[in-house]
Amino acid sequence: MNFFLTIVLDGLIQASWLFIVALGLTLVFGVLKILNIAHGSFYALGAYIAATAVTIVAAHGLPPSVGFVAMLVSVASIASSVGLLLERGLLKMFYGRDEVVLLLVTYAVFLILEDITKLIWGVNPIYATQPYELFGNVAFAGLYYVGYDLVLIPVSVAIGLAVWFSLNRTITGKIVLAVIHNEEMSVSMGVRVRRVYAVAFAFGVLLAALAGALTAPKISMQPGLSSDVIILSFAIVVIGGLGSVEGAAVGAVLVGLARAASVHLLPQAELFMIYLIMTGVLMLRPEGLFTRETARRI
Amino acid sequence: MTSILSVRGIDKRFGAVVAADALNLDIAVGQRVSLIGANGAGKTTFVNMVTGYLKPDAGSIALEGADIGRRSPRSVARLGISRSFQIPQLFIDLTAAENLVVAVSGMRQHPLSLVSPAEARGRRDTALELLARFGLSEMADRPISELAGGVRKLIDIAMALVRRPKLLLLDEPTSGVSAEEKFATMDRVIHAVAPDAATIIFVEHDMEIVGRYADRVLAFYQGRILADGDPRSVLQDPEVRRYVTGGAQ
Amino acid sequence: MVGLVAAATLCGRVLPTWTLSLATVAASNALIALGIVVLARTGNVSFGQGLFFAAGGYGVALIANAWDIADAVVQVIVGAACGGLLGLMIGPLIARYSGIFFGMLTLALSMVFYGALVKSTALGGSDGFNVGRPSLFGMVFTDPREADFALYAVSVVITGFAGIATAILFHSELGLVSLAVRENNLRVEYLGISAKRVVTINFVIAAIFAGASGALALMAQRHIDPQFAYWTTSGEFVFVAILAGYQSVAAVFVASMALELVRSFSNLYLPNTWQLVLGVFLLGVILFLPRGIGSLWTRDERRKSGPKAATKVATKEGVTL
Repeated sequence: MNFFLTIVLDGLIQASWLFIVALGLTLVFGVLKILNIAHGSFYALGAYIAATAVTIVAAHGLPPSVGFVAMLVSVASIASSVGLLLERGLLKMFYGRDEVVLLLVTYAVFLILEDITKLIWGVNPIYATQPYELFGNVAFAGLYYVGYDLVLIPVSVAIGLAVWFSLNRTITGKIVLAVIHNEEMSVSMGVRVRRVYAVAFAFGVLLAALAGALTAPKISMQPGLSSDVIILSFAIVVIGGLGSVEGAAVGAVLVGLARAASVHLLPQAELFMIYLIMTGVLMLRPEGLFTRETARRI
Repeated sequence: MTSILSVRGIDKRFGAVVAADALNLDIAVGQRVSLIGANGAGKTTFVNMVTGYLKPDAGSIALEGADIGRRSPRSVARLGISRSFQIPQLFIDLTAAENLVVAVSGMRQHPLSLVSPAEARGRRDTALELLARFGLSEMADRPISELAGGVRKLIDIAMALVRRPKLLLLDEPTSGVSAEEKFATMDRVIHAVAPDAATIIFVEHDMEIVGRYADRVLAFYQGRILADGDPRSVLQDPEVRRYVTGGAQ
Repeated sequence: MVGLVAAATLCGRVLPTWTLSLATVAASNALIALGIVVLARTGNVSFGQGLFFAAGGYGVALIANAWDIADAVVQVIVGAACGGLLGLMIGPLIARYSGIFFGMLTLALSMVFYGALVKSTALGGSDGFNVGRPSLFGMVFTDPREADFALYAVSVVITGFAGIATAILFHSELGLVSLAVRENNLRVEYLGISAKRVVTINFVIAAIFAGASGALALMAQRHIDPQFAYWTTSGEFVFVAILAGYQSVAAVFVASMALELVRSFSNLYLPNTWQLVLGVFLLGVILFLPRGIGSLWTRDERRKSGPKAATKVATKEGVTL
């Protein structure tokens, strides 16, 4: 029983931050039809900025809670501005062309951001663990968990619900959904699609950066972070269905649980299990587990 | 009569749409059969099922006695059935000659060569000869992307002829072809298959073409055959005039 | 053509060491990129060639250690065979899919392999393991300069011949039909040709090239690790293929060499910036050379000049940047 609970909790903790990253990726794909290879770079950026913010705050002798807030605020503002800049300044130049072009552009951005990160923060691992102690440790049923980790679960659920709610219940959200489902139609209805693009992209990468910031206290920041995260989040989005919010959630939970189960049951499988699931989904249901019914273009 | 194509009890539905409803017919060797009917009546679905692109929900289709209902387009092609398309299905960036060379390669029994040049072994010659028959010799080395719709239609039909098929299905062969060219096109097709005594089934909306080239007309309506006979009697049939040709002669 | 290969090989005698090792890596990368180009002509881009690259590398490393095979040429053949065998097994399974799904599948498969390798303690896990120096036709090279040249020669000759074979393939029957598959795989089926088989054959060729390249890389680095199968490695190879464009075999070599030069120079003068430079370079190519480097000198006679035709072709043609 304990064993089972461990796997479930570990899986859900993993799934929490995975979901936030995957959500951003799937939204960007849904709206702009771009697979943003630089998405992982924003995750890393978020993590690094968070680390810096935390370190600065700690250096001023302020409590970890301030550090926590500072990191969230700084990451949110910087990431969304960079995202906006990127979309308006670079991506929109390539919008009429073949879809492969944008893929290559985001790949180029990924390469560029990799080195910019290295230039700013160096190649050695960085740590920023102060916020990790914010919520103490929790013990129950013979298990011990760090409070911070457990808090991630409701935080991520809240973000998911907030996004779902705004997409499905607000006017702006419905406009975004309209663009996701049928862009041509939206344009002819007078939707300022370009503006939706900009907002969606900025929000998407903001989510990635936020996930990075939230996990920063638990990991070490070093080069290679972005390439690991993008491939993982890509797998989740493929499993769940490109462009689907529910899919991102289900995919993240599936991957989180698979990973947790592997770690405890079959450690060798931990890494490849995820991609095996991805392969399976691609072969049996290529559109993913939850695809939105896209209107048939005549 | 020797039947080349036998259709028994064919059903096909797409959701609520009935594309084929208990179709039964036999087509004799060498016949020129025209399928007429409004859009959505089931003509193209019929062609798609005969050529293996769609599988019937029920019933059987036999070519010279051999069941082909479950076969793929590729295996149906190898058995001697060829088709042309309503919207020409060509290799846009390849030249006209290259398109036909690919068709010639498709005839081979042995695997495609990794070494022998595409246009060797008489393949280009065959391609050019076929283009000449349709009066398209000057277009041979121009990419399809540069050619007009009517020319593409002709090339599309020419590609179907490469295999010297026993049964040739043409989907609206003269749509998109200019009025002066229509008869010339059909004449060329008839002439091209004459040596093989091939059977032709063609979907048409142009009643002039139907009247002139078909010896048998099948009028489709909601997946059923409303009338079956020689052009004159079918076109004058009151039900056909009501549901298909719209009353005007 | 053969003369060109011979000339390039002899050139190696006079090149300084740093250029020599650069060119050796470039040749091996060109080989695997060539395979990607071959496959791409069917309309399917493989984002997971790292799978065969690693299979070739690990296969050779294990077999060479087990059976004490040191000969360079034999190692390349073993690598090619490993890649080819794996390609034969996987090809028919994924040839059913096309376009974006094909690409994603190849990526997923390579990452499955990567994941398995990283956690495999028997194969050294994420550290991998080392191998000894190769020999050539019985000759053992103690002088590093001689050894480097020998490796360079093997790489250039093998890649050169692969290039010649590829050029022949492009003009062959299969080459034309492959292009047709990309344009309209349905029509191809109606003509009695199995599109799936065409894709599989091209896939296996790409796998063979990738396996051989893996062997060459192994001999150059004398080390193998799971990074061979990582997505960024596969991505680099695709990058070279795209940079080259799909018309000219020679362009693949030029693109590969360009990549290595950029990498070397930026590492030399501005450490930790070669990816940055590469990224900017890529953006430049996308903006100014949409049909790849090959379009600099191949004016395909089929293409008519003119804006309307150009845009139409640009969207239909292969990897259209």
